[in-house]
Amino acid sequence: MSVLAYGTAGWLFLVGLYGIVSSRNLIGMVICLSIVQSSTYVLLLSIGYRRGAAAPIFADIPPGSRAVDPIVQALTLTDVVVEATVVALLLALAVQAHKRFGTLDPNELTPLRG
Amino acid sequence: MSERIRIRLFLAGGAGLAALLAWGLAGLPAFGEFNGACALLINHVVVAQRHATDAVTAVNFDYRALDTLGEEFILFTSVVGLAVLLREQRSERERPPARASEEHRFQGSSYALRALTLMLVGPLVVLALYVDSHGALTPGGGFQGGVLGAAGLLLVFLGGGYLTMRRLSPHALVELAEASGAAGYGLIGFGGLVFAGVFFKNFLGLGTPGELISAGTIPLSSMAVGLEVTGAFVLLWSEFLDQALIVRHR
Repeated sequence: MSVLAYGTAGWLFLVGLYGIVSSRNLIGMVICLSIVQSSTYVLLLSIGYRRGAAAPIFADIPPGSRAVDPIVQALTLTDVVVEATVVALLLALAVQAHKRFGTLDPNELTPLRG
Repeated sequence: MSERIRIRLFLAGGAGLAALLAWGLAGLPAFGEFNGACALLINHVVVAQRHATDAVTAVNFDYRALDTLGEEFILFTSVVGLAVLLREQRSERERPPARASEEHRFQGSSYALRALTLMLVGPLVVLALYVDSHGALTPGGGFQGGVLGAAGLLLVFLGGGYLTMRRLSPHALVELAEASGAAGYGLIGFGGLVFAGVFFKNFLGLGTPGELISAGTIPLSSMAVGLEVTGAFVLLWSEFLDQALIVRHR
């Protein structure tokens, strides 16, 4: 089970990196970066999981019951917000790159033009 | 560098990275067996200490409130950066359509789809307020509720059209909401400094666990962050939609 949970995180990370390297479209590249980042959510949440434990919400279970780690869940929330902002900024840069170079193919963006 | 060489280089480096990753991940505690001391401690004391029943929100807006301030300002500054990046260029001008018939609609929207999305706007906004205000009790909080609220306004675009969305959420108002949400959260931190001597200390009465008004500053922080996140996301989407629909080359 450990292999599956942590392996998924590692796999997402590497597949996303491959996507960034091989992408021919800036928007595809940004999506691949968000896949790399989503591997960190899987990793954080997998680490925080405890076998047979409930969600860390003590509204209907008694305080102190066996519950999963709330700290990594809070960290994941931070992670999601950071990812959203990074994606938004990179997409804005892609918009400007398209305006200046007329293409979204990273191979066509040469420093001498524009 | 040609694409083939680049990909080969990556495959070589990626294999090394994969080996390192596998080595590192193998050193982690087995899935389901991690017993972090802080997590155990927080799960035991959160209800007694902070009168909040959602440990995740209590971590975010109380135990780790200072980090959330940083997180919130990451969102704030990146939206400001986005607005700067997508400002009107010298070669561009904004050209809002003059007549209602030129209203930009979501392509392919039928009457039934428009009616359904507009019907969903109200419930979604109510759900957003619910998630914002019940952050200390049940799963949710400012970030989640804020995104829901922004999605409610995005539905106005999908169902009604972009100009309707802009009339409902003019840029100045959205910027004000974002800024006052961010400032409000910071002020709650200063409240802790003034009334309890520690920045971001929970300085309000804690109330009864499980009631709407309980857990001290946590629901207030959650509402402030919710306002900021709604403003930030609506502004972000408007900037992109402006690029697609309003900004024209001279």
